[in-house]
Amino acid sequence: MVDVKRIQEGNYDLLTVVGDVDASSSIELDNAIEEAIESGGKKFLIDCSNLDYISSAGLGVFMSYIEEFRKRDITMIIYGLNEKVANVFEILGLDQLLVIKQTKEEAKAALG
Amino acid sequence: MKYSYKVPCTKEKLRDIRSFVKEVLDKHGISEVDVSTLVLAIDEVCANVIIHGHSCNPKDSIELEIKIDKSQNLEFDIIDTVDLFDIATYQEPKIEDVIKQQKKGGIGLILVKRIMDDIEIIRLPKKNICRLTKKIELT
Repeated sequence: MVDVKRIQEGNYDLLTVVGDVDASSSIELDNAIEEAIESGGKKFLIDCSNLDYISSAGLGVFMSYIEEFRKRDITMIIYGLNEKVANVFEILGLDQLLVIKQTKEEAKAALG
Repeated sequence: MKYSYKVPCTKEKLRDIRSFVKEVLDKHGISEVDVSTLVLAIDEVCANVIIHGHSCNPKDSIELEIKIDKSQNLEFDIIDTVDLFDIATYQEPKIEDVIKQQKKGGIGLILVKRIMDDIEIIRLPKKNICRLTKKIELT
């Protein structure tokens, strides 16, 4: 089960991901990102401080947007990963391919 | 010690499978990070079997068996009647290629291979077993 909330804050959209993103729930995350793109946003912060678990299905959602974001000049910054979730990103080397920060302040600063 | 768990083939059961694996591993004093990666690997294999082997048919079921010996050698058997995808000989795609192709899947088995020490597919007359093994260093 995962809940994704989207709030517009200043010049960016904040997506808050709460719960577990696995093969049964990754579609929710995918839909939320898709909707955020369709609404015309160019800057996204993804708050993962209450993301308890992520499997490849969830990682795959983030990965599938890397190329599209690059082409459309969209910036996405993830922050607040707990140690176990961060470890999953690291196993695949995604910490090098996605922009990941520890805190919201750092994420906002990186967003510019 | 041996533990077993049987569930219907639905994606919603993955959460229960994860809870079962975590509960078993927690009993054996395995570190939190090791437990979380092992739970992930089992989740990935089970998701693969449930989705690709059974098309999420709740009338089918899969069985998971966990064996742990005194030296913390862990053995996870995912037992099924359908033919299991041979993860052992699976060639990993490059992450960069997966990103370029904008695919949402295809990385779960990379995780399994990186987490586990060994993966073996055992084909028996009436069932097939995907055996994942891992040696945990005693602290």
